[in-house]
Amino acid sequence: MKLRVFVPGDAGAVALGADEVARALQAAAVRRNAQIEIVRTGSRGLYWLEPMVEIATEAGRVAYGPVALVDAETVLDAALGGNRGHSLYLGTPEDIPFLSTQTRLTFARCGIVDPRSLDDYRTHDGYKGLAHALQMAPAAVVEEVTQSGLRGRGGAGFPTGIKWKTVADTVADCKYIVCNADEGDSGTFADRMIIEGDPFVLIEGMTIAGIAVGAPYGYIYVRSEYPHAIAVLNDAIRAARRGGMLGRSIAGSPLAFDLEVRVGAGAYVCGEETSLLDSLEGKRGVVRAKPPLPAHKGLFGKPTVINNVLSLASVPIILEKGGVFYRDFGMGRSRGTMPIQLAGNIKYPGLYETAFGVTLGELVEKIGGGTATGRPVRAVQVGGPLGAYFPRSMFDLPFDYEAFTKADGLIGHGGIVVFDDSVDMAKQARFAMEFCAIESCGKCTPCRVGSMRGVEVIDRIIRDDNRAANTALLEDLCHTMKFGSLCALGGFTPYPVMSALTHFPEDFGAPTRLAAAE
Amino acid sequence: MTSYAPWDADAARTIIAEKQAMPGALLPILHALQEEFGYIDRAAEPLIAEILNLTRAEVHGVVTFYHDFRHTPPGRHVLKLCRAEACQAMGADALSLYAEQKTGVALGNTTADGGISLEPVYCLGLCAVAPSAMFDGRVIGRLDTNKLDALVAEPDR
Repeated sequence: MKLRVFVPGDAGAVALGADEVARALQAAAVRRNAQIEIVRTGSRGLYWLEPMVEIATEAGRVAYGPVALVDAETVLDAALGGNRGHSLYLGTPEDIPFLSTQTRLTFARCGIVDPRSLDDYRTHDGYKGLAHALQMAPAAVVEEVTQSGLRGRGGAGFPTGIKWKTVADTVADCKYIVCNADEGDSGTFADRMIIEGDPFVLIEGMTIAGIAVGAPYGYIYVRSEYPHAIAVLNDAIRAARRGGMLGRSIAGSPLAFDLEVRVGAGAYVCGEETSLLDSLEGKRGVVRAKPPLPAHKGLFGKPTVINNVLSLASVPIILEKGGVFYRDFGMGRSRGTMPIQLAGNIKYPGLYETAFGVTLGELVEKIGGGTATGRPVRAVQVGGPLGAYFPRSMFDLPFDYEAFTKADGLIGHGGIVVFDDSVDMAKQARFAMEFCAIESCGKCTPCRVGSMRGVEVIDRIIRDDNRAANTALLEDLCHTMKFGSLCALGGFTPYPVMSALTHFPEDFGAPTRLAAAE
Repeated sequence: MTSYAPWDADAARTIIAEKQAMPGALLPILHALQEEFGYIDRAAEPLIAEILNLTRAEVHGVVTFYHDFRHTPPGRHVLKLCRAEACQAMGADALSLYAEQKTGVALGNTTADGGISLEPVYCLGLCAVAPSAMFDGRVIGRLDTNKLDALVAEPDR
């Protein structure tokens, strides 16, 4: 009997040498005349333990990690000898607190299944949501998603069901499903992980969306920085077509749905839905004014459902277990679970899916273990380059769309980047403006020109040139950008800038509270 | 090391024609051309314009809008260094500076011998293994000066 060995093929694990470890395990097995089968999975999302190698046993899987190239021989020996007495032995992965305390709905299969195997997906409850959807009226499918309370996981938090209903109710000769996989926010990698670890869940989610609104074709717009994800997704789409789950007859039904991958070209602004649509049409990724909404006039002028990867990947479980099941997780108007990404200077970086309501402090200090450098946490940026910086004094903030809005921030795509006390917040504020200047599509003057002026004004504040007047000017500029830009790039760049200025004034040359008290 | 074909208008025409029927064909065409030649030659723009029935200005506008499309051939190796926040939190700024000193060129440039192009990238999605980089398409996590030394000194440079 072959020993099954699971090695992640996730880009994060590969960046730490997972490919070399997989080859070394195979070579070590050949030398020992041992029969092993190496399965490349996604990542479980425990990146401080990557490459994490798992071994199938009669009592379930056991894990070793982090496995370096030099450990391959001894790990294989331990695995062949009954999994005893190895310093990297982690036991059952599901019992590791970082995993055992999670509620994995969207990421239930990630890191477990072979992402290229349709059979594996089916064995692990895949395509049950679609089976239900095919027995329902399209309007009932939309209703189920509305019931679930699912909101757009890309950042805007718009109710997914309402978006779908708008497209379903619009009469047109053609409609499209577009998946936004242009995950450009620093500190976020959940889209990449799910595509590399469980692409069929996204394909199933898009298929259900197609059936629900009457759209026969879909596009997945993946950023070019994700070559591993693009390769896995293309393989999975081919497997789904071969297996009759994409094409003219979905799962033997009379309904047709097919989709293709389109690759972005390094423009951050294309993560904004209307510029993404322009990019898909072969144009510059320039933001469109709304209305018309994409749901009325989207891709090629047709009604279009455009959703984030995580929104679409959450649909199969909603259809499988019901909208009410999903809605029962969470708090307030934030229902279900959120795959939160812990990144930057953090001891336990990774993916943590949990119901809304967990506090920022719990995520950073308890689950994330504080900083990787061991120095005190000074600031965390939540929600990518357009998200606010928060000090430790705000760590009781619950992870919830409304709570973050009230605190002048956003949860965005759920990324948390941790900084230790060596961070210079004036430099971070300057970078936010600089990034906006680099990535602005150029349509709105406050964004295109304002971001350039913002860099200059912050430079003047830093070198104490008319500091008070320039600080007032920066606040005024941020106000103009916030209310004078069509999309979130110009509109939200003020969040990191203003939060840095508000919560960390001492970094901008203001007297510290301690010095002021003296 | 990645090798590319020298610019060839006939080969380019074939590539463009293969994809011209795709809805929104321009980006897939530009990607295909860059994959073949390593960059988008200026001479490609009128060819694309003619086949897709666009103006040259429209094609030029798209080529110059996206950071990915190069206007000159890349170095024999391309090192992309992540400059975004999660990597900054783990010392990416100092590493970029170090790479610039080691190669003698600023980010966004190619060494005079054509050996290596240094490029900034804003997020590779490897924020949990920061700082990160991509060398000729190979992903690298927890980048440090030792790893950088090895990359910059790849044997065939």
